[in-house]
Amino acid sequence: MAAARAPARWHKNISAKIAAIPMITTALVVFIGGTAWTVLYSFTSSKLLPKEKFVGLAQYDRLWSSSKWLISIENLAIYGFFSLIFSLLIGFVLAALLDQKIRFEDTFRTILLYPFALSFIVTGLAWQWILNPDFGIQHVVRSMGFENFDFDPLYNPDIVIYGILIAGLWQGTGLIMCLMLAGLRGIDEDIWKAAKIDGIPMWKTYIFIVIPMMRGIFITAIVLIASGIIKVYDLVVAQTGGGPGIASEVPAKYVYDSMFLSQNLGQGFAASTMMLVTVAIIVVPWAYLEFGGKRRG
Amino acid sequence: MKALRAVFAATTALCAATAANATDLEVTHWWTSGGEAAAVAEFAKAFDATGHKWVDGAIAGSGGTARPIMISRITGGDPMGATQFNHGRQAEELVEAGLMRDLTDIAKEGNWAELVRPASLLDSCTLDGKIYCVPVNIHSPQWLWLNNSVYEDAGIPVPSNWDEFVAAAPKLQEKGIVPLAMGQQPWQTTLAFQVLMVALTGTDVFMKVFDQKDGELAAGPEVAKVFAAADAARQMAKDSNVQAWNDATNMVITGKAGGQIMGDWAQGEFQVAGQVAGKDYTCLPGLGVNEIIQTGGDAFYFPAVDDADITAAQGELAKVMISPETQVAFNLKKGSLPVRGDVDLAAANDCMRKGLDILAKGNIIPGTDQLMSADSNQQVNDLFVEFFNNPSMTAEDAQALFASIIGNAD
Amino acid sequence: MDNVNQNASAVSTEMVGPRGQKPTKVFSRRNIMIYGTLIVISLYYLLPLYVMVVTSLKGMPEIRLGNIFSPPVEITFQPWVKAWAEACTGLNCDGLSRGFFNSVRILVPSVILSIIIASINGYALANWRFKGAETFFTILIVGAFIPYQVMIYPIVILLREVGLYGSLTGLVIVHTIFGMPILTLLFRNYFASIPQELFKAARVDGAGFWGIYFRIMIPMSLPIFVVAMILQVTGIWNDFLFGVIYTKPDLYPMTVQLNNIVNSTQGVKEYNVNMAATILTGLVPLLVYFISGKLFVRGIAAGAVKG
Repeated sequence: MAAARAPARWHKNISAKIAAIPMITTALVVFIGGTAWTVLYSFTSSKLLPKEKFVGLAQYDRLWSSSKWLISIENLAIYGFFSLIFSLLIGFVLAALLDQKIRFEDTFRTILLYPFALSFIVTGLAWQWILNPDFGIQHVVRSMGFENFDFDPLYNPDIVIYGILIAGLWQGTGLIMCLMLAGLRGIDEDIWKAAKIDGIPMWKTYIFIVIPMMRGIFITAIVLIASGIIKVYDLVVAQTGGGPGIASEVPAKYVYDSMFLSQNLGQGFAASTMMLVTVAIIVVPWAYLEFGGKRRG
Repeated sequence: MKALRAVFAATTALCAATAANATDLEVTHWWTSGGEAAAVAEFAKAFDATGHKWVDGAIAGSGGTARPIMISRITGGDPMGATQFNHGRQAEELVEAGLMRDLTDIAKEGNWAELVRPASLLDSCTLDGKIYCVPVNIHSPQWLWLNNSVYEDAGIPVPSNWDEFVAAAPKLQEKGIVPLAMGQQPWQTTLAFQVLMVALTGTDVFMKVFDQKDGELAAGPEVAKVFAAADAARQMAKDSNVQAWNDATNMVITGKAGGQIMGDWAQGEFQVAGQVAGKDYTCLPGLGVNEIIQTGGDAFYFPAVDDADITAAQGELAKVMISPETQVAFNLKKGSLPVRGDVDLAAANDCMRKGLDILAKGNIIPGTDQLMSADSNQQVNDLFVEFFNNPSMTAEDAQALFASIIGNAD
Repeated sequence: MDNVNQNASAVSTEMVGPRGQKPTKVFSRRNIMIYGTLIVISLYYLLPLYVMVVTSLKGMPEIRLGNIFSPPVEITFQPWVKAWAEACTGLNCDGLSRGFFNSVRILVPSVILSIIIASINGYALANWRFKGAETFFTILIVGAFIPYQVMIYPIVILLREVGLYGSLTGLVIVHTIFGMPILTLLFRNYFASIPQELFKAARVDGAGFWGIYFRIMIPMSLPIFVVAMILQVTGIWNDFLFGVIYTKPDLYPMTVQLNNIVNSTQGVKEYNVNMAATILTGLVPLLVYFISGKLFVRGIAAGAVKG
């Protein structure tokens, strides 16, 4: 219908434009509007309620002089790096394994995915127990006779963030696996046949043919994982509460604690503005290259 | 038969009389565990008896969870009828913004000013001479809990104060017992520090630091003593690998640890485990050094609404909450102390009696919630949780940071 | 190992597909590797569930003293009964069952609406590009990274202004908004990978925006709809914060009870009830995973291409 006659510009593609109204409204009103509001109030001394008492950059000064914030950022970087790599790797390998026309695919898929369904408030507790040196894995291995076995990731400030990573991967990789599986299922059987006829080994087919074809899925997966990383909160609260000490604090927790525990909205907004600016610096140019460029097939 | 009919007639009349203005009142609170819920039920029962209806809106998790919900509801223009809040500084802004109802008339009528003990509880509800909340109980954090058999087995008498407790620590450590159990949550470490401070330096220093925010004093030698003690405490607690406070309490109950510094709510855990105060466990208020009750506690606020029926029901609820019968029934279930001095707690156990005695003597200090903003309290929490968990942070460094937080606190 | 043996033989007879080298033996290295890896990984994934199930079947005294990995000495289903029907949320002692239907009432419209809107967005972005679309899309993607707690107050204000604060409609809209960035991206990228020739052929046949969407895009994209459903069902079913902030007590979802059972600030923590409550709350998403997972059938896409 859009191409029925040479139309005036505005109603070219009119159906698509109408269909996109909810998206446009959300983008402008909620995300732009809400963000602008947040940024504005980050320059105020708002405490329990938002108030227009402007204090310039005072909230930002305090933010960057807080050791809790600096540790939060460092933790996020470590957690983010490993979480992204391992989620993609494990997710893809699992999907490829499930895609081998195996028996009990439904069962395996559900086993790998179920952690995603359970709220972290309590599964965090299960992990906390498993990783607890006094009654978890360390205890069991030691009681089998390996007296020197040390495994206490949640109680050692130097490695606590990796303890959180173990549980994070446990919860999140199932979904990535499903996403990858959906991508693999979208690939035409003929490709495999062709590769087989040409005598290309399976691993090469995956790396050089299939993965490039799944570019869109990988991008979705990366955005999904990365946005989850930025927002990581429940996981930390459930397992360590930010401890030992403040060794496993993360930015989202800093924001939340500032807003609702300290009742210092301005500080929370300043921290979230910093997070958002960082994300925007990375995402906006990339998104323009990725989505704004010529259409990919 | 006649009597029965009379009763029927009376109840029917009563129902008819109250049905005219019976109002559903939604009450939000974060008391959801067994004992807490049983205590709330006492409020609801008493309130329902007035002919109104208590609609329960329980949301567990005080700070992080319940608070944004309560504030959203109030600012979203759809407030609940009444809500729990930590009294003290936290609700100040809601009151200033005119979102909370003024209870001064009801308080005058009920003579709260004379009945509520200690007076500081009512002061925390007061802003510019007007009263905005109903204090309902007193929870004191100032206690040390000890497992008697741990000490008896080690061949030492059960400590009766902090110094003896510290002196006994090496013996326990030799036996592989953690002298001091401590959870990792930030507020627990702050609690321990404050208790040490009151015990070792006395009420004056505590008030000068937290009320007058005397940064110089906080940097001085008096407070340095407290940091030295806290340093000793973190040594004693270094093998305590638990998160939640009740897991730490459980270490004491099961004999894995000697003692724990924790509020009077820890008592519930001992009771559930079937332990008897004085026989299986010992409680030392103020670490046995400086017997004191710190008046933390809970209060209810009433959002301002236009609806006359709801306003009337709010007034009714406020009166019910502070009435002597409800105070006794509620606090016995909750394990806390009543806010009025004219009631008798016959059913109180050993530890509660100790608390009541101290309260009667007037040895009380306010909680830091009442003295400092939530923001400053949180900064203090962050500092102590780091201090207790990071052995490379020296007592001197921590004290310097502490002094600067206090100096800038509001 | 017996089990694996059977599976493997079944697979080898069924293997007609084109994958890899043809397995010649039941115990081919390939089969051992695939099933071995999957089983080992499954064990890692199941470990916490095992701890939770075992704990939920123990009494509290046993939990206080015992080993977390040891099976219950005395099996009790009391924690499950308590979690479902007896645990108290303040005064209401009817456990998780209280909020169950509210959760369903919230879940169904939210999932349907958010998936419809996002799939149409993705379709418009992938196949009917218009000027400025990328800008809005980029905003949306950046929006995916905003910690949603920050948006609580602005959204309270927005909903208050449009008069939807406290209603089910308001909550459904909130879920749709927060699901939109990721879901739109998901659909856009998937639709973009569908061969252009199909789309062009349909245009030549005279199919329009909606015609192509319903007759070509949806049938070819079942696996991605399943992924979207998994995401939304889980997210919305487990949502707690939005459910309590934007509605009233008579609409509170089941997670409010879960939170109240699990998150009590003082008093005794009943770990067995906590674990049972968590597993019970997770059952609905789990059921959805298992049933909808069947739609992950290979060949749908290929079939559509050829058919």
